[in-house]
Amino acid sequence: MTAKAAPASATVPPAGPIPDVTPRGKRSMFLRRPFFTVALIVAVGYILAAIFAPWVAPYDPVAQSMDAMMQPPTGAHPLGTDSYGQDILSRVIFGARYALIIGFFSVLIGAAGGLVIGLAAGLSGGWLEWALMRLIDAILALPSLILAVAFIAILGQGVDKVVIAVGLSMIGPFSRTVQADVMQVRVQGFVEAAHLMSIPSWQVVWRHVLPNVIFPLAVQVTIRISEAILVSSSLSFLGIGVTPPTPDWGLMIAEGRDFVSFAPWMSAMPGFALALLLIALSIVGDGIREEFDPKGRRGS
Amino acid sequence: MLVQALKKLGQTLVVLVLVSIATFGLLKLAPGDPVQIMLGAEYSQDSYESMTRELGLDQPFLVQYADWALNFVQGDWGTSYIARTDIFTYGFKEALPVTLTLAFFSLSFAILIGVPLGVLSAVKKDTVFDAGAAVFALTGTAFPSFLLGILLIWFFGVKLQLFPVMGYVSPWEDLRLGIYHMILPGLTLSTYFIAMITRLTRATLIEVLDEPYIAAARARGEPNWRVIWVHGVRNIAMPLVTILGLQLGTLIQGTVLTETVFNLPGIGQMLTSAVLGRDYQVVQAGVMMTAFLFIGVNLLVDLSYPILDPRLRDRK
Repeated sequence: MTAKAAPASATVPPAGPIPDVTPRGKRSMFLRRPFFTVALIVAVGYILAAIFAPWVAPYDPVAQSMDAMMQPPTGAHPLGTDSYGQDILSRVIFGARYALIIGFFSVLIGAAGGLVIGLAAGLSGGWLEWALMRLIDAILALPSLILAVAFIAILGQGVDKVVIAVGLSMIGPFSRTVQADVMQVRVQGFVEAAHLMSIPSWQVVWRHVLPNVIFPLAVQVTIRISEAILVSSSLSFLGIGVTPPTPDWGLMIAEGRDFVSFAPWMSAMPGFALALLLIALSIVGDGIREEFDPKGRRGS
Repeated sequence: MLVQALKKLGQTLVVLVLVSIATFGLLKLAPGDPVQIMLGAEYSQDSYESMTRELGLDQPFLVQYADWALNFVQGDWGTSYIARTDIFTYGFKEALPVTLTLAFFSLSFAILIGVPLGVLSAVKKDTVFDAGAAVFALTGTAFPSFLLGILLIWFFGVKLQLFPVMGYVSPWEDLRLGIYHMILPGLTLSTYFIAMITRLTRATLIEVLDEPYIAAARARGEPNWRVIWVHGVRNIAMPLVTILGLQLGTLIQGTVLTETVFNLPGIGQMLTSAVLGRDYQVVQAGVMMTAFLFIGVNLLVDLSYPILDPRLRDRK
C-alpha cells in the first residue's frame, strides 16, 4: 500500500468543531464513528480488567469451595459459582487476561512469520518465489482451527503451546497480505530509482519497501486479534487447549456444557464475556480497516 | 475454457501434494517413537529393528512419504493405535458422512434464510427492518458458535423440550428423525453464514439494483417481484458462490466445534479424541480429509464461474 492516508470520504460531514490541524484528525474519527468509539471503550475496559484482575476480582479464581457449588447468581457471587465452587465473576475477569495475552502474542507470532515469508516470496522472484507462493497456498488450504489442532497434536497442551499453535496457524494469511503489498511496492518508481542509484538492495528493502509493508500489516494485526482469541478459546472448548484449572473462557464454557440443564450460567457467563469482547473487537477492527485500509482487503 | 480448467486442476494437484507432504512431515515431528509405542515397555533390540524395518521407518523421508501417499490414495490409512480400528472405515465411512450432513444442512439453512433476509433489507433499505438485520448480521458474524449451540440446547432442548439435544441419526436412513436431530446443530453452525450471506446479499443487491438492465426490466413493465428475484438475485450468484467457497474453511472448522457441542460422531470428534490420545495417524487422516474437502470445493467454485456467468464462457 503506497498511500498511507486516504482522503476522507466526501459524504462524511465533519462532526463538531473543525480541527485546526487536518480534517482527518484522530478526534474526528471518534465522533464520526459512535459505534467504533463505544466498542473501543468496551475493549479498553477488558484490557483494564485484565491488567488489574487481582484487584478487581472479588475472589481467588482457582479457590474451590465445597460449600458454594453451582450457586446461581447472588449478591455474594454476582455471576454464580461453578461445579467446584469457584467464583465465576473472578474467573471471567482473570479469563480476560488469558484471552488477551493469548490473542496478542499469537497474532505477533503470525505477523512476524508472515512478514518473513511474505517478504521472501515478494522479493525473491524465480523458482523460490513460486515455491513460497505454493507453500502459502498449502498453508491457506487448511482452516486455521484445523491447522492449530494439528500443531497442538505435536506440541501438547498449555497456555504457551496454544499461543504457538495459534500463532503458527495464522502465518498463512499474514504472508499472503505482506506478499501482495511487496509486489505492489517493488514496481513503484521510488524503488526503481533507488536501485538505479545503486543503493544496496538490503537498504532499499529496509528503507523503502519495509515501511510501506509494516503499516498495513499493523492494521491486519489489530483486525486479527479477535480471530486469534476465537481460535484459542475454541481449542480450549474442544478440551485440547489450555488445561484446567486455568480460568480460560473456552474451558469454562466446555465445563458448563455438562450442567446446562440446571446451571446454565456456568457456560453463559464466560460465553457472554467472550462474545461481547469479540463483537467489540470486530467493530473496532472494521472501523480501523475502513479508516486505514481503503482497499478493504483481507488475507484469505 | 477446457485449457483453463485443466490449468486450474494442475495447480490444485500441486497444492494437494504440498499439503499432504506438509501434513506428513509435520506429524513426523511429533514426539514419541511409534515403534516404542507399538512394542510397549519391554522389547529387545532385535524386535525394535525388525519393527522399524516392517514399518519402513528406516527409509529416507521421501520414500516413506511416497509409501504413505500410495497407501492413502488406495484407502489404506493404517490402524488406529488406540481404538485398534481401521482408520479408513472410522474416518471416511463413519465420521465424514456425519460432518458432510451437518455442513449440508447448515449451508441449506444459510442460503434459505440468508438470501431472503439480505434481499428484504436491500429492498427495504434504511428502514427499521434493515437496521435490525444489520445488527443481527454484525452480532451473528462475531458470536462464538459453540456458545450459541449451548444456548440453543438450553432454550429449545431443556426449557421448551422441542428438540433432541444430543446424538446423531442419519437423515439418509430415517429422514424425519434425522432432520429433527439436525435442526439445532444446523442452526448453530449456520448462524454465522446466515449473517454473512445477509450482509453480502444486501450490499451486492443494492449495487445490482442500480444497473441499467434493472431499469430496463422495470421499463418493460415487469412486476417488482420478477425484477428483484429474477433479474436482481441472479446477478448476485457469482459473489455469493465465491464467498461461500472462500468461507468453506470456516464451515469445516465450525463443524468441528458444533459436533463437540452436540456430541455428533464426525471428523471433529475424531480429531479431538485423536489429539488427546496422541493418535497421530488419525490426526493425519482428519487433517487430510478437511484439506481435500476445502481444496476440492474451491476447485468446484472456480470451475462453476463459467456456468454462472455467461460472459466468462469461451473467451478466445
